[in-house]
Amino acid sequence: MKFKDVFSIIGPAMVGPSSSHTAGAVRLGRIAGQLLGELPEKADITFYGSFAETYQGHGTDIAIAGGLLHYDTDDERIPNSLNIAKNKGINMTFSNETGSRLHPNTARLCLSSASRHLNVTGSSIGGGNVQIVNINGFDVSFTGLYPTLVITYRDRPGMVAEISGLLWDKQVNISHMEVDRKGRSGEAMMVMEIDNHLPEEVISKIGRISGTESVRKMDITKEVLS
Amino acid sequence: MRFQTIEELVTLGEQENKSIAELMIEEQSAETGRSKTEEFSQMKDLYGVMKDAVHKGLTEDTTSKNGLTGKDAQRVMHYTDSHDPVAGEHSARAMTYALAVSEINASMGKIVATPTAGSCGVIPGVFVSAQERHQWPDEKMVHGLFCAGALGYVIANNSFVSGAEGGCQAEIGSAVGMASGAIAELNGASPREVSHAVGMSLKNMLGLVCDPVAGLVEVPCIVRNGFGAVTALTAADMARAGMKSVIPADEVVKTMFDIGNAMSSDYKETARGGLAQTPTGKAIMENIFERG
Repeated sequence: MKFKDVFSIIGPAMVGPSSSHTAGAVRLGRIAGQLLGELPEKADITFYGSFAETYQGHGTDIAIAGGLLHYDTDDERIPNSLNIAKNKGINMTFSNETGSRLHPNTARLCLSSASRHLNVTGSSIGGGNVQIVNINGFDVSFTGLYPTLVITYRDRPGMVAEISGLLWDKQVNISHMEVDRKGRSGEAMMVMEIDNHLPEEVISKIGRISGTESVRKMDITKEVLS
Repeated sequence: MRFQTIEELVTLGEQENKSIAELMIEEQSAETGRSKTEEFSQMKDLYGVMKDAVHKGLTEDTTSKNGLTGKDAQRVMHYTDSHDPVAGEHSARAMTYALAVSEINASMGKIVATPTAGSCGVIPGVFVSAQERHQWPDEKMVHGLFCAGALGYVIANNSFVSGAEGGCQAEIGSAVGMASGAIAELNGASPREVSHAVGMSLKNMLGLVCDPVAGLVEVPCIVRNGFGAVTALTAADMARAGMKSVIPADEVVKTMFDIGNAMSSDYKETARGGLAQTPTGKAIMENIFERG
């Protein structure tokens, strides 16, 4: 079943005009913003396919800005979010690229703050639902419908067992998990979608495991105040 | 969920002597593990957003970003208040409210996707006008939304609800099917009569293509929301009068799926066909993209 409950039919509450080009774009911006962990100083956005052709008409650029400001899909500040982002010191640029084999509604977000840099590519797959397909060159696939952990580390035996063990200690269930790496014993990324809220202490414990380079928690399922 | 088809919904309703709305609330609560009160409260919040959208569409400047559409709902409202509308007052009001919500959507206001943003006017148009007419309490309307949601759940899982996948029949069509069944039930229709309302209204939408000018959710989406609300009312009356959908609702849903799959991608929200490719449609697109 593609649609699992009544609120996937009646809902979400959202700022118009398009569930795929507006609400989905808000979620892409919000996920990328949470993965960066702070407001970016620079955000270079590249649109592909239908996003590239119609982003201004649908306010896709405005919606991405709203997402970076951590707004939810129904936040009525979204129409003004380009100005708000500018006033908060976010320098945004938008460009189009063609000839990609990605999903027709895709955006790449290159975000930088003073200390961090992040590239996120994601697609809006309909009805406001999204799929993140790449983070910093690692192929991933997650939707943001669940709290998600994104961990980068130097690959070595036992890494998966140690991290999942820490979750098991707190009875946190992993509903979906994937790993990708750039080479043997090289840089690797682990993405875990989990069923429950994750205590901060677990995140800092994962951060102290030998080989862990960064841990980011992403959760767009609840309201984030900004 | 214990139902995947309209027929299963009707059978459950008849066996357990429950309305489709009641069944949906129970099934939703079983699916999520939350209480029926919590589910009801979430739906009540969404109905609040719908009513706000109607109100704003009738009172605020709804001119879209590119200036292509806006304030038509207010024109129709003024006309309805000062004339005897040809379609009758109640139909005119449902149409007006549907236009209002759809214009709010086009001008980046807040709406509820029902089932999508492009078709967000139909259900609020039908519901809010009926509530005013009968002085029904919010609780009754929120119940009705669960009935609409059950019907949409079946349509979405057996066919599609987005114009990009199945054309406008899937988008406005699904909304009309959902609204017709729900307003019939709110007026006392049995689950069987609800299924006939859905079957008849969806039949009327089959084959409709998604051909938005310049790819924007404005032309013809806004007027189709207005027409959709009135179609839902007429189907509810036919079903309440005892008319039957000779082709059962589930078979109509399957037919919509088949037609959508056979439809060229030119007619699935790409602006490569239909009204988008008329001389005027092309001129509007060039004008908008030039100003970019």
